[in-house]
Amino acid sequence: MAHAKNHDYHILPPSIWPLLGAVGGFAMLFGAVLWMHGITAWLFWGGLLAVLYTSFAWWAEVAHEGNTGDHTSVVRIGLRYGFILFVMSEVMFFFAWFWSFFKHAIYPMQDYIGTEYVQPAIHIVDPFHLPLINTLILLLSGCAVTWAHHALVHSNDRKALVQGLAIGIAFGVAFTGLQAFEYYEVLAHEGWEFGGDIFYSNFFMATGFHGFHVLLGTIFLIVCLIRAMKGAFTPEQHVGFETAAWYWHFVDVVWLFLFFAVYLWGTAGM
Amino acid sequence: MADAAIHGHDHVDERSFFTRWFMSTNHKDIGILYLIVSALVGLISVTFTVYMRLELMDPGVQYMCAEGARLFADASAECTPNGHLWNVLITAHGILMMFFVVIPALFGGFGNYFMPLQIGAPDMAFPRMNNLSFWLYVAGTSLAVASVLSPGGNDQLGSGVGWVLYPPLSVNEGGLSMDLAIFAVHVSGASSILGAINMITTFLNMRAPGMTLFKVPLFSWSIFVTSWLILLSLPVLAGAITMLLMDRNFGFAFFDAAGGGDPILYQHILWFFGHPEVYIVILPGFGIISHVIATFARKPVFGYLPMVWAIIAIGVLGFVVWAHHMYTVGMSLNQQAYFMLATMVIAVPTGVKVFSWIATMWGGSIEFKAPMMFAFGFLFLFTVGGVTGVVLSQAAVDRFYHDTYYVVAHFHYVMSLGAVFAIFAGVYYYFGKMTGRQYSEKLAHVHFWMFFIGANVTFFPQHFLGRQGMPRRYIDYPEAFAYWNYVSSIGAFISFASFLLFFGIVIYAMMRGARITQNNYWNEYADTLEWTLPSPPPEHTFEILPKQEDWDKSHSH
Repeated sequence: MAHAKNHDYHILPPSIWPLLGAVGGFAMLFGAVLWMHGITAWLFWGGLLAVLYTSFAWWAEVAHEGNTGDHTSVVRIGLRYGFILFVMSEVMFFFAWFWSFFKHAIYPMQDYIGTEYVQPAIHIVDPFHLPLINTLILLLSGCAVTWAHHALVHSNDRKALVQGLAIGIAFGVAFTGLQAFEYYEVLAHEGWEFGGDIFYSNFFMATGFHGFHVLLGTIFLIVCLIRAMKGAFTPEQHVGFETAAWYWHFVDVVWLFLFFAVYLWGTAGM
Repeated sequence: MADAAIHGHDHVDERSFFTRWFMSTNHKDIGILYLIVSALVGLISVTFTVYMRLELMDPGVQYMCAEGARLFADASAECTPNGHLWNVLITAHGILMMFFVVIPALFGGFGNYFMPLQIGAPDMAFPRMNNLSFWLYVAGTSLAVASVLSPGGNDQLGSGVGWVLYPPLSVNEGGLSMDLAIFAVHVSGASSILGAINMITTFLNMRAPGMTLFKVPLFSWSIFVTSWLILLSLPVLAGAITMLLMDRNFGFAFFDAAGGGDPILYQHILWFFGHPEVYIVILPGFGIISHVIATFARKPVFGYLPMVWAIIAIGVLGFVVWAHHMYTVGMSLNQQAYFMLATMVIAVPTGVKVFSWIATMWGGSIEFKAPMMFAFGFLFLFTVGGVTGVVLSQAAVDRFYHDTYYVVAHFHYVMSLGAVFAIFAGVYYYFGKMTGRQYSEKLAHVHFWMFFIGANVTFFPQHFLGRQGMPRRYIDYPEAFAYWNYVSSIGAFISFASFLLFFGIVIYAMMRGARITQNNYWNEYADTLEWTLPSPPPEHTFEILPKQEDWDKSHSH
């Protein structure tokens, strides 16, 4: 009777990925410290490579397990719970950056050292130019992904699924491109600095971490696109796609907060 | 319960050593790994404290000399005080204990091993990610130890900034050490968050058929609520220390007043994490104590539902009281009044728990086994720490106690004594279940009395020192404080000896302890599902999910 499984939960065989990932993570961070202190960058890159390889191999294994029937309906519920919880922790990560922003926007240090939040010398990005366009782009991207989701769930329309994903990804890439362009403009032509003043600190870390998450979300969607083109996902079973869509909407919502807070409010009164 | 237990009896474990312990996807093995590593890190961290108490035993600096750290005082040799070494030790002690000993032992160790068993789950929801949590914990520990041993501030090794890593000190501390410490906390945070995701999902999705939320054993409830605190508070800390990292290495100005930044902001964000953190440390202990007291008083826990709601209330309130750690930074009176009242409210659910434990024992038939002794110790010590906590919660009183030894005494009573006594209660309670061998009751009693006396002798006098005005975090002190410091150091040595004895007890029990043949070697009031399994349980448990009559005794609710 050993290994007789009489339930629907997923019992996994031993795996090397956790150990490899942790060793890679250690090397990456230890290497990052060495790099920041100008000793060597090699350890960081080696560690990063190990982390990326582990992530790839691990997720490929999960996708494979999903395709071969290990993800029963109760396991799929668990995966969804897990992913929602992960997104909640991500929200709390941004909580810290918004905390810093709101603190300094509402209570600048002028009583102590005489600084305004936005120093007059800082040339502001007009929120109704590029940032507004970017808002629309990101929202459209979310719409496209939802369209793909509906196509899959309601009619198993493979063509619309792939098209919706492709459009969503294209918009995502466009967003990242425009954001990079904005960074380039303010840094190269408007005299902003990467760091230094608290305004720059808040701006670059909040939008920068958002940009990083857009990048991750785009990769997540690309993986889903490739899987969809290979025939993965059914109307009943598509946890990978569903979580990618959730992540994408989370990135959307963070951007809306960024737009209204950092871009709109943060520059009001100028 | 026959079926679930019997399978696996004749099953030969064909996993190799490396496969079993390095590639594990088994919640019980991972739980054991957590317990072992946290015990070893605990030994490192406790050794630091013994050295610190040795230095504080007499006024003047005798051991931590700039000429080289000494193990024996030498009055004939020159000794210039090395404050940096002292600062490094208090910092490392705090970081190791908070992130790498108590959470991994209670949440990682007992949580992993017993939460799935108590709810009748065959394993965790994400068994592979569970192992990632463990190995990230090891990676974080390695970074923390590397931080102590690598070039830091004052052209010496290590960072001496205090475990809270306040700027501007932590921004200005030179060398690699501080950055390694920051990444250590990042990694341990990631490990805990992944663990929390796993625990919550397991709890919500994998309970045995018929086990509704309010039939779940209290320990599992405590792990569930702890997971939420970890999930929602640790990412905020990750943000704060990322800001530190940027300020340190890339010239950002989050906490630099000259750039319009605000060092007090760091304290707010840190304590927004830091206060839930202290409940993360203590809540699983609450869970263990509930089971131990019910078992050895031979009565079901008094007031199961209020006990559950008290855990939830403590968890929720833990998020809205953070600034009571920083009454003296210049907050408005209204802010101070709010944080003071909110803090005192926490005494209500905590009181519900303490009185329910006492009511559980009331009229019970009490057995003085080692786990019960530690539960008694926990009750007494945690209550003392709780009462001094109410004293400190008052902003006006805190003006005088802030950063004195009174605070040190307070938080060691709730953590070093509360949480650690709960860990020992859990270890003795479950030792037979995990290893299949029983510890020596006699030696465990010696351990208890040594530790109980040692801990009280260490920390009780620190209340007096605090009331006399002795500030914390200093390597030296005036003559006036000499007497109680001497007493406190004696207590620390007794506690340390008891800790070594504990290792002896565990090793002896593993090699020579009496073999356990029963599933439930205590009594019928240890009535949760783990007691229906063999000791130790087979590799895979609950391959047939447990039936409701195996666990639903429905005495109290």
